[in-house]
Amino acid sequence: MILLELFIGFLKVGCFAFGGAYGAIPLIRDVVLSAGWLDDELLTYMIAVSESTPGPIMVNLATYVGSSQAGLAGSLIATLAVVLPSFIIILLVTAMLKTALKNPYVQAMLRGIKPCIIGIILATGLYMMLKNGIVMREGALQLRPLLLSLALGAVYFGSRRYKKGGISPIMLICLSALAGIAAYGV
Amino acid sequence: MNMLADLFLSFARIGLFTFGGGYAMIALIEHACVEEKQWITHDEMMNITVIAESTPGPIAINCATFVGYQQQGFAGAVAATAGMVLPSFCIIYAISMWLERFLEIRWIACAFKGIKIAVGILILDAALKMLKKMPAKKLPRTIMFCGFAAMLLIDVFSLRISSILLMLTAGAISLALFLAGKPGAGAGTISGAGKPGAAGPGCKAEAAAGPGNGPAANAEGGERA
Repeated sequence: MILLELFIGFLKVGCFAFGGAYGAIPLIRDVVLSAGWLDDELLTYMIAVSESTPGPIMVNLATYVGSSQAGLAGSLIATLAVVLPSFIIILLVTAMLKTALKNPYVQAMLRGIKPCIIGIILATGLYMMLKNGIVMREGALQLRPLLLSLALGAVYFGSRRYKKGGISPIMLICLSALAGIAAYGV
Repeated sequence: MNMLADLFLSFARIGLFTFGGGYAMIALIEHACVEEKQWITHDEMMNITVIAESTPGPIAINCATFVGYQQQGFAGAVAATAGMVLPSFCIIYAISMWLERFLEIRWIACAFKGIKIAVGILILDAALKMLKKMPAKKLPRTIMFCGFAAMLLIDVFSLRISSILLMLTAGAISLALFLAGKPGAGAGTISGAGKPGAAGPGCKAEAAAGPGNGPAANAEGGERA
């Protein structure tokens, strides 16, 4: 049953999404792609939409995936599922006065989990960049995706040299949309 | 004003105006809850940020639940969390009804071809920032590299291995090393312990590096205690 599948899928995301929004993206890709709820393309578009609309990214993604699979009921269930673990955990942590997190064994586990997540996010970002930037068609390397990737990367990372913090993620998404229209639409 | 309604509306306002999620929200929550409403102190805010970082889930949700609970117990936690989620829920629900039809418009489809490149850049950037803050020690670096290599293999070959398994493996290895680092425990057992063996070839290096890292893990544990 799709509602139950959505609930369990996003409960998993909520339970293991350490490291904020970007920590959740590899997990959400994992859950959503293996269940076949969205294809990679649409999921990537939706990540950009979630980034450009207010609210936590993983909550936005849960709402969208739920709605696309099972309408309003699906979006409610998926959103509830993604929020529920952190809600319960904070209640527990507050009740136990943070002693659980200071426990040396818990600390030892977290010391392993955190670097692993960084590696996972790094791999996901690199894989997405390579997949979007290096596109082969009929044995020939496509120039436009490659040039777009290089140009956008240069603008995003290069802007830090001139302005503290560089351009914002939303600004990058707007620029990339314009660049996409310029490269493919004209 | 009714306290529950106040919590709900305050967090709904935060939920409506924070783009990008995560750390961008902390500044807004601090402004609303510490300076404006004085629901919590600055120190409590720092504490909750640390807790939010070491627990799963969106940081904004963690903060909302904490502040709501501090003010009005369970009902307060529900009110604040619901307020946090509601605005983006409505917006995304509306978008979800139109997005696929929207993408059929030619120039919007072109725009999204550019946007998907931006998403890769943003994810890569988030990882690089976290990497900079990571302790520059052998063990976290090894685990990071193994997680990276394993995940890359999973992506490239479309393996059906969940990233949750990678995280649990890393947690188990770290815990095993910590236990092995304690006096009386043998260091030879660690490479076999807590490894389901499905995490890909990337973990072979980890097994080899395992015994060498025992003392490092121990030293780290000692610092914390």
